[in-house]
Amino acid sequence: MSQVTLTIDGKEVTVEAGTTVLEAARKAAIDIPVLCYHPELRPEGACRICVVEIEGARNLPASCVTPVAPGMVVRTNTPAVREARRTNLELLLANHPQDCFTCERNNNCELQALARDLGIKKVEVKGVRRDLPLDKSGFSLVRDPNKCVLCGRCVRVCSEVQGVSVLDYADRGFEAMVYPPLKRPLDQVACVNCGQCATVCPVGAITERSDVDRVWEALADDKNHVVIQVAPAVRVSIGEELGMPPGSITTGKLVAALRRLGFHKVFDTDFTADLTIMEEGHELLERLENGGVLPMFTSCSPGWIKFIEHYHPDMLAHLSSCKSPQQMFGALAKTYYASKAGYSARDIFVVSIMPCTAKKFEAARPEMNSSGVADVDVVLTTRELGKMIREAGINFAALPEEAFDEPLGISTGAGVIFGASGGVAEAALRTIYEVVTGEELKELDFTAVRGLKGIKEAAVTLKGRTIRIAVTHGLKNADNLLKKIKAGEADYDFVEIMCCPGGCIGGGGQPIPVDREIREKRMSAIYAVDRGMELRKSHLNPAVQELYKTFLEKPLGSKSHELLHTHYQERSRV
Amino acid sequence: MLYRNHILISSHTADAAAIKERFERELAARKLSGAVKVISSPDLIDDSEETLVVVYPEGTFYRGVKADDVPHIVEEHLIKGRFVKELLRCEYDDSTVPSLDRLDFFRKQQRLVLRRCGSIDPEDINDYIRTDGYQALAKVLTAMTPAEVIAEVKKAGLRGRGGAGFLTGLKWEFCAREPEKVKYLICNADEGDPGAFMDRSLLEGDPHSIIEGMTIAAYAIGASQGYIYIRAEYPLAVRRLKNAIAQAEEYGLLGENIFGSGFSFKLLIKEGAGAFVCGEETALMASIEGNRGMPRPRPPFPAQKGLWGKPTNINNVETYSNVPLILLKGADFYSSIGTEKSKGTKVFALAGRIKNTGLVEVPMGITLREIIEDIGGGVQDNRKFKAVQIGGPSGGCLPRSHLDLPVDYDSLSQAGAIMGSGGLVVMDETTCIVDVAKFFLKFTTAESCGKCVPCREGTTRMLEILEAITRGQATLHDLEVLERLARVCKNTALCGLGQTAPNPVLSTLRYFREEYEEHILQHKCRAGVCSDLIQYQIVAERCVGCQACVRVCPTGAIRGEKKAPHKIEVLDCIKCGACMEKCRFDAIIRS
Repeated sequence: MSQVTLTIDGKEVTVEAGTTVLEAARKAAIDIPVLCYHPELRPEGACRICVVEIEGARNLPASCVTPVAPGMVVRTNTPAVREARRTNLELLLANHPQDCFTCERNNNCELQALARDLGIKKVEVKGVRRDLPLDKSGFSLVRDPNKCVLCGRCVRVCSEVQGVSVLDYADRGFEAMVYPPLKRPLDQVACVNCGQCATVCPVGAITERSDVDRVWEALADDKNHVVIQVAPAVRVSIGEELGMPPGSITTGKLVAALRRLGFHKVFDTDFTADLTIMEEGHELLERLENGGVLPMFTSCSPGWIKFIEHYHPDMLAHLSSCKSPQQMFGALAKTYYASKAGYSARDIFVVSIMPCTAKKFEAARPEMNSSGVADVDVVLTTRELGKMIREAGINFAALPEEAFDEPLGISTGAGVIFGASGGVAEAALRTIYEVVTGEELKELDFTAVRGLKGIKEAAVTLKGRTIRIAVTHGLKNADNLLKKIKAGEADYDFVEIMCCPGGCIGGGGQPIPVDREIREKRMSAIYAVDRGMELRKSHLNPAVQELYKTFLEKPLGSKSHELLHTHYQERSRV
Repeated sequence: MLYRNHILISSHTADAAAIKERFERELAARKLSGAVKVISSPDLIDDSEETLVVVYPEGTFYRGVKADDVPHIVEEHLIKGRFVKELLRCEYDDSTVPSLDRLDFFRKQQRLVLRRCGSIDPEDINDYIRTDGYQALAKVLTAMTPAEVIAEVKKAGLRGRGGAGFLTGLKWEFCAREPEKVKYLICNADEGDPGAFMDRSLLEGDPHSIIEGMTIAAYAIGASQGYIYIRAEYPLAVRRLKNAIAQAEEYGLLGENIFGSGFSFKLLIKEGAGAFVCGEETALMASIEGNRGMPRPRPPFPAQKGLWGKPTNINNVETYSNVPLILLKGADFYSSIGTEKSKGTKVFALAGRIKNTGLVEVPMGITLREIIEDIGGGVQDNRKFKAVQIGGPSGGCLPRSHLDLPVDYDSLSQAGAIMGSGGLVVMDETTCIVDVAKFFLKFTTAESCGKCVPCREGTTRMLEILEAITRGQATLHDLEVLERLARVCKNTALCGLGQTAPNPVLSTLRYFREEYEEHILQHKCRAGVCSDLIQYQIVAERCVGCQACVRVCPTGAIRGEKKAPHKIEVLDCIKCGACMEKCRFDAIIRS
């Protein structure tokens, strides 16, 4: 790559050709303010906040879409630039509801921060406050078009990263707005509820549906025995939500915080992640031995499940019939645990803390009631839990480390790596290897399936049979992989698919902002947790072993089928 | 077949078809059908009252022709070779032929691009070929390399007629230089400026010139697939283009292996749904691709990454129409017309308060005064000239002091207007300048795609301020905000639409600021246009109580007994001015 030298604010900067002025300025320690720009999305050039002066240009180009040129002279802080940035921001503020006090994104809002950073003292242009209806149709997400600044990040993430393209612009001029197709509510379109739109939204125009109050109510009701499960990825991200650096490992503090919030039992979804490996691993082996449909796809990620139901319904037979760990947990909490602890299913209120917005939809699926009632009552995202902890005045960073309750809080390192892309495949391999060969697996780390690469592949030979594995994350990658499989261009036995980039650590319910660097930090934290665990193979989990011995009998047994497995349905695209 | 005479019927009126039929009948009766061809053509002059009949080759024109005049014209002119004097309607002496060219309207024009419009049958490829059509293409494909074609167009100095005036040859060169194998060529026929119909006239009147120009361009850049993006609101143009493409394909002038040269070029028509922003090249390409017509940032320029991500050349209709002429007559001929930096001619749609309206084609460098006074015949009703708006909604308003400005890309741009696609609206003292700015901004506000902030929000806010000014509700501070918004929108909008949308505001503020201030400070609209700032009153001494005004008032706002002075109820009056027009005693005044 050739190098280009240019001058930014009087300083010479040398960058690779093709770099944008914005990126070059960052190299020169100048953070040009942005709004529609997102480092992981194709630049849109819509907000015109990042404008700069370039010598010889007849206007003020947007630095996010202007490539550097040799000898270019850029000025990022001139009267004309400041006037333009402030004016464009003022124009946005003029229409904005400005109800920051009650906004989901209060204090974590890029528009708010820009108004502060650009020194807006007064909004001189009169605007029009819209009064468009909120879209609260879905279980997972709420859209408030009144707050939308039309940066288009949601539109881009939905199409570029997720390949779902369920959001786009409609209408023209001042009436232009982001809508689902035909302006339908979200629950009537092929949205998978992944919430990536919410994580890239700079303002509060798309947020998760808040269920915090339902949890407070449940906790306040003495009739309830409220148990909580925590997804693997939450332990490496809740600290970030509460002001700690990304990648902080806070498993013990998280347990302590949940106890202080009043949950009667604090359990771990890692437990049912281990259980998933037992069921799914055996399902794979059965398919391999009996000529079942291959490749088998994982089924832990509810965004992915809804995606395949909408977009590739002809491939539903490839999906493992295993419920996700969250739903396995709910079903067991209200049956196995309930009888052990002397409760009926109705007495138990199951709350999940998930890195995910799609889990809210999953818990609301009508088939997820093996216990006779809804197996999971309320799903909160990492962000919502953060709000509860703040509201309760808990000083998270200062909490002691506490341990999960037994028995549904016992887990292995294999369970925790479910939180990162590649983790399910790796956990499955650790177990399948020992089940098939009867030998102890010495080298536990399958690094080929780790990391943020879009599609990862591995092959393991067990007793003369090679098992070909693919791992992918982000639905656009998944879509490409599925098309290849359909076209006969790719051939695998087992495919792990996670809806969100990086897997659950990059989930739609995780702290905002997120970028590649933050995802990497959360991911390495997950593997650090795994390394620190005493047990790192699911089949060695004593609580799982006990569960099979006293309740389920064996993997894929009749009780398992009743409680731990599910079915899928074709959904239309429009 | 060769014809002795061509008869051209140009009309808006309903009896045009009847006149044409009558001609054909009368000619057949005299066994002249094979010798005289009758053509219905797009309007030569935007004159809705009368039917114009022109007889070629002499170019004699008859005005106000009725079907019953036809036998007389056939008998006198076509058979006896004498002019039908009573239909000439213009001064004429026996020494000269009363040809169309003698009209003031045509005298200062130089019709190169429009030369065939109205004189050939646009639905017959033979008419085009007979008038040197496809000769340039033949020359290019048989005797020139693509590089030579580009060099010739560069040398001619042709600049894009769509608005920005980029050098066409250079644009082609950028695209030709790209190593990519698949390239596309697009004709932008999404003419959307209010009141502009230059492209439509060419598309309807001389479709083959566009096809020929495009084919030459395709050869030059190495494209084998072209698109004509045309608005669906031009059904006749679409029909004639389709017909022309089919005929050219049938003749082997389009399609596979043209002139046996090995070069192939296919043309498709893509009808647009009428969004003004789709005239912006990146939005246009998005629309062809089936996406929402929204512009995207450049670079990459279409020449690098255009349609479907491939190198693409986009020019507008008039630009392509110039191309065959350049290749046929040579760059030296072409560059002899016009100014140093603006070569050739430009077609304008002359409109507004001017005597002669219609399409005019003038050499670059002609002054505004020559267009308005000599060709346009000056302002209507001997009123005073106030301003001329050039370039449509993206253009600017120039005052009387700029009448001697030469019409070329650079002079216009320096004066705060643009060449644009060629709208030219003349305004007199009855036009309110703030109202004009409001009119154009209303258009761009409605046509903004909504992508970038300054255009989406800024135009709306500017329009609101202009509305407040015309209602007498604005302050001088609002004027400052208006100027700031206009400046920022021009400087930071994503595409040409937004960057030029404030031009009508900026140019009127530059030349007519006092009129804005009058509205704001004195609540006065000197043109009497802004209805919130005017009042109608009856002068009791002059009112005879005839009740004519009472009958015409749509809201019943005028009260009074018969034969006694009337009164206008201010609250009921909607200030339509109908009463003032009706009153024969000048008893109603506007203040």
